[in-house]
Amino acid sequence: MPLYHNDDQAMLKDSVAPFVAEQAPVSHLRSLRDSADATGFSRDLWAQFTEMGLPGMLVPEAHGGLGMGHMEAGIVLEEIGRNLTPSPFLSTGVGAVAALAKAGGTQAGRWLPAIAGGEAIVALAIDEGAKHRPDRIATTATRAGNGFRLDGKKSFVLHGHVADMSIVAAKTDGGLTLFAVPRDAKGLTADPRRLVDSSLASHVTLDGVEVDADAVIGEIDAGGDILDALLAATRTGAAAEMVGVGQGAMDRTVAYLKERKQFGRLIGEFQGLQHRAAHLYGEMEVARATVMKAQQLLDEGSEGAKLMVSVAKAKAGRAANLAVREGVQMHGGIGMTDEYDIGLYMKRDRALAEYMGDVHYHIDQVARMNGY
Amino acid sequence: MSEEDAFRAEVREWLEANCPAEMREPVRDEGDVCWGGRNWVFKNDAQKQWLEACAGKGYTVPDWPKAYGGAGLTPEQTKIFKQEMKRIHARSPLDSFGIWMLGPALLQFGTEEQKVQYLNPIARGEIRWCQGYSEPGSGSDLVSLQTFGEDKGDHWVVNGSKIWTSYADKADWIFCLVRTDKANKYQGITFMLFDMASKGVTTKPILLISGNSPFCETFFDDVEVPKTQFIGEINRGWDVAKYLLGHEREMISGGGAGGDMVSIGGAFAKAFGKNAAGELDDPILRAEMAAFDVDVFAYRAMGERFMDMWKTGRAHPASSNMMKYVGTELNKRRHELVMSGGGSEALEWDSEETNGGARARGWLRTKANSIEGGTSEVMLNVIAKRILDLPGA
Repeated sequence: MPLYHNDDQAMLKDSVAPFVAEQAPVSHLRSLRDSADATGFSRDLWAQFTEMGLPGMLVPEAHGGLGMGHMEAGIVLEEIGRNLTPSPFLSTGVGAVAALAKAGGTQAGRWLPAIAGGEAIVALAIDEGAKHRPDRIATTATRAGNGFRLDGKKSFVLHGHVADMSIVAAKTDGGLTLFAVPRDAKGLTADPRRLVDSSLASHVTLDGVEVDADAVIGEIDAGGDILDALLAATRTGAAAEMVGVGQGAMDRTVAYLKERKQFGRLIGEFQGLQHRAAHLYGEMEVARATVMKAQQLLDEGSEGAKLMVSVAKAKAGRAANLAVREGVQMHGGIGMTDEYDIGLYMKRDRALAEYMGDVHYHIDQVARMNGY
Repeated sequence: MSEEDAFRAEVREWLEANCPAEMREPVRDEGDVCWGGRNWVFKNDAQKQWLEACAGKGYTVPDWPKAYGGAGLTPEQTKIFKQEMKRIHARSPLDSFGIWMLGPALLQFGTEEQKVQYLNPIARGEIRWCQGYSEPGSGSDLVSLQTFGEDKGDHWVVNGSKIWTSYADKADWIFCLVRTDKANKYQGITFMLFDMASKGVTTKPILLISGNSPFCETFFDDVEVPKTQFIGEINRGWDVAKYLLGHEREMISGGGAGGDMVSIGGAFAKAFGKNAAGELDDPILRAEMAAFDVDVFAYRAMGERFMDMWKTGRAHPASSNMMKYVGTELNKRRHELVMSGGGSEALEWDSEETNGGARARGWLRTKANSIEGGTSEVMLNVIAKRILDLPGA
């Protein structure tokens, strides 16, 4: 498979890009922010996403979805990134679907069609501290009655306060198990916090939450592989969104270099800025290729996917961060104003960079996977 | 069996029968590389046998047409051939500026007669070529070159000098940029070919910081060049040079960051030892090496995407400049880490255990990566101007 979009994928991009740019440009984020919206995204927009079949892109056809791959989901995520569109697409349409499709069984049968139909928002309750450490999950699931009792605290749960269901990773006697916990479960509280990028992420408390045995996603104690699938999909998706964020920031910055005059000249004429912009271009291109490679390997089910997913999250993280920092700096004083969008790109990049493992976490993973 | 599988089986069988065991050992130093040419002395019988076997089959230039000494393979077959070569760790039968640079230019711009005349000896390794581009005082600013060919009717008389001519002292022929019209900066340069044994050609090796002398100064003193020996059009040599530089950049970025670019942290874990957690026992260097590895895997993905796009005409024409820039900067970083990882051993300059200071010399050699074939700064200028379309660049 060549490492560029085929005709079908190019067509998808041609329909998604103008749709997102028209329906949810940066002003859409601003209006949600300025109205102190309590949901964190627009239900109307999500309905439009659903009309286009986007939430069900990765859902297998047998469950009412389109059965597409990570390459296609990445096309949507890049446009979401480019426009800073608030959306539950990554957690619901990508992370949750990857886990449910991998697990199969009752929960897949229940939730996948609901996701594809745009009826269910799903949150991913993985992290428990300020940093992403999925190998140190302390939330417990102990057997109680016909099912389990969940106790613990989760953090950085995007859309946790509005999710119809949360995928909760917890320790069981013989390993790790994932649970589908519905919103109305007794003992579950989600406390949303507004983040730097205006998104809402919850602190979730599980205080003796009782679930039936069939709430288990996949098999008891065998949640490790399912969690890996969830993480690989979400990390790759976040990397794709970061490529969009970086590209959006870079495009704005390069445009600004061509119109802003200082010392009687367009600032884009100055070699100091030209070289930095050209260096950024190279980094962004490399990051884009890396994310595509990770998507391709995931879609092929390749063993090399895990390494490339970490490489992609790290590389996209570095490149997008460079893009937003250079963006604010090259915009000069106005780059510091709320009125200009470039600062919003810097904020979104910071949130995505932290999500599901930052650059340092993934560089460390690469060292481990290479035996040192 | 699919056509591809059948071809793979055929190549595999041929390599098994024809690639000597000595040619499946890693290249240790420059002495292992076969450059060919009129005065070439083979290092051993295996090197000779390997070149002759490949040349006979067209495998020194597998994707060139058969009429010009190639094997006429399709891109897909060429890929399979390279994979099979790599699988048995086969050495390149022939390293050659004729193959990498002049050949592609001839295939693009040469007349049928020129292709037959020049490409076949290149494919067989009979003529060793060098490249006469840079001049003293005009490094990356190629169009400022001064070497002048005076029109004498049926021939030119060439005077001037070149610098950084790789292996000019060992080359048989030179492909050379010569000014033939002083009034026109860009459209006054002709791409000439001539024999280094011509009267008036002298060369002098330049000793480098690596202790090696791969480059020469080359002087032309009333050298007569027949008017038939140019490629493309007279005064339009810049078109040929630009095309060829694209190939050179691909080669430098590919060679510097392709096959050689593997994870380096693992290789040094033994020297440093590992801590209780199984990590390389220098946390800062481990982090730097891992960050480098991330960039290596990322660059390899970029290389794959670039080639896929380049081959199908999807790549921006200037994207080879970006590949060159990123690849050469990465290669320099790699060798800095190799030196750190090697510690005091890597400093040894001529001991037997270090293969004559191979690491130190290799490290020093890479400093030229971001200078030769256009400096990193020139690459950035080109990206800024041609890809980002920034003003006044």
